[in-house]
Amino acid sequence: MDSKDQNKDSLYLKLIPYFEKYGILLLLVIMIVVMHFLQPDVFLSWRNVTNVFKQISWQSMLALGVFMVIVTAGIDLSVGSIMMLSLMILAIVAKAGAPWYIVVITPLIAGFLCGLFNGLGITLLRMPHPFIMTLGTLYIFRGTGNLISGGTPISGFTDEVRYLGHGRIDLTWLGLEKSQYLPVSLVLIAIVYIIFWIFMNKTRTGKWIYAIGGNPNAARASGINVNKILVIVYSLCGFLSGIGALILAGRTDSGYPNAGLQSELDAIAACIIGGASFFGGRGTVLGVFAGVMIMGILRNGLNLMDVSSFWQQVLIGSIIVLAVYVDVLRRDFGTRK
Amino acid sequence: MSSANQLLLEAKNVTKYFGTITALENVNLKIHAGECLGVVGDNGAGKTTLMKVLSGLYKPSAGSLHFEGKEKVLESPRDSQNLGLEMVYQDLALAGNLPIGENIFLGREPTTNLGLLKFLDYKKIKELTEAHLGKLKINVKSADQKVEELSGGQRQAVAIARSTAFNAKVVIMDEPTAALAIKEVGKVLDLINGLKKTGVGVIVISHRMDDIFAVCDRVMALFQGTNFAESELSNTSRDEVIGWIMGKK
Repeated sequence: MDSKDQNKDSLYLKLIPYFEKYGILLLLVIMIVVMHFLQPDVFLSWRNVTNVFKQISWQSMLALGVFMVIVTAGIDLSVGSIMMLSLMILAIVAKAGAPWYIVVITPLIAGFLCGLFNGLGITLLRMPHPFIMTLGTLYIFRGTGNLISGGTPISGFTDEVRYLGHGRIDLTWLGLEKSQYLPVSLVLIAIVYIIFWIFMNKTRTGKWIYAIGGNPNAARASGINVNKILVIVYSLCGFLSGIGALILAGRTDSGYPNAGLQSELDAIAACIIGGASFFGGRGTVLGVFAGVMIMGILRNGLNLMDVSSFWQQVLIGSIIVLAVYVDVLRRDFGTRK
Repeated sequence: MSSANQLLLEAKNVTKYFGTITALENVNLKIHAGECLGVVGDNGAGKTTLMKVLSGLYKPSAGSLHFEGKEKVLESPRDSQNLGLEMVYQDLALAGNLPIGENIFLGREPTTNLGLLKFLDYKKIKELTEAHLGKLKINVKSADQKVEELSGGQRQAVAIARSTAFNAKVVIMDEPTAALAIKEVGKVLDLINGLKKTGVGVIVISHRMDDIFAVCDRVMALFQGTNFAESELSNTSRDEVIGWIMGKK
């Protein structure tokens, strides 16, 4: 190989991870610019931007949980049901008159235990694929949620319970208007995403999650306890769904039977749009965030332009297929056969 | 470092059943420091099963393993690694989505601990990787390159580097040259000869007589799950060894 060829090659190699990491952010920026030109008065207004973040707040938790599961080459179809069950438990505990600090912890514990149940089922029962176990618990958890609540909505929570989903951080001390507040849920999204970015990229457990998705046999042969890591991943996914339930409780002030219905599909879509590979081992926390934002902005933008929600479905579906096709092309160039 | 000719690993009467199938029956094996043992046999003769028993991936149904004279029970690959027994698998057991360095240290990463959380020491991984690859004279563009971007020979080199990164005493290689281009085979055989010089005991499972006769000191043949024949390499010939594989003496 002559030196010129080598230079070209190394530049090429340098660009691949760059596109892999930031390509999806580029798409996000393009969408924001296009929406801004289509709706110059409204789209980037304070009110609308905070609205987008409030709308994606609980979905972003589900997507982050599903993302970690997808990195292990698994799938969790039950996140919507975990969130609904956690929400119903929260509602019942709140109605029973428990103090707010107990009420806010219950969905987190309930979500964690649901995830633990998934993880133990997949590993101990040696399910052929996590799809089966979590498809089962999709029904089990939602059914349980309806059983304990009688299938009827339970409404009315205290302000403390609603704080994460509904709270506002006043910014008038910065000289801003009263209406220009910061939603607490936006701060929560930022904190949770930063924590999980550190977890996935900087800790050993995070690295092992990627290794399991890359080659489970390699992980096993390296002495990694693959089943233990899988149980941790599904438990964390359930825990994040529990946070989603707490946010949703704040936003809607109600526990209701249809909460999170089909939201597992939105969560999976956000991961895929964000560049996570269904075959595992690939994807970034930043990408998932971009995926959630792209779906949120698309829905918001189309609503602003008064486009029917049926078109939203068609467009989101098209973006999923397109995003994965771009990933297929990238892999063709990036990997030796 | 082990002194020359010290007996490192011995398998005594190892038997392994899978349900009603007998994969290994009373198999014995010895490996000394600085020695290379070739293990040959037809498909299904039990070579890979034997190696998986030695690496702690399978538990033997009967028989025992002795390391440096002491009997050891291996519960997992981690146990064998802790003894200094390393395996290079035929499917290489590398995670293609991770860089070279992270593959070499996978499962044994240097970390900075903060309570329960163990943070990876990326700087140390890179330094140790570069030093180790340099020691083995393995050339790659960068320790940060992902394994899926490497050629077959480079991947095999990474797998061997991985097996020797923690002062291995015995390295077991399953078909180390099977998936390689001809020009890459020599490089891998050089690596094996290099390991022997540092006192490592190497077990090579191979179909290729060229490999066996290039690096091994001793060869043993398995036939239908049993010890069939064994000899110093200097006392045998290719034709004889090929006969053993077919079950002829």
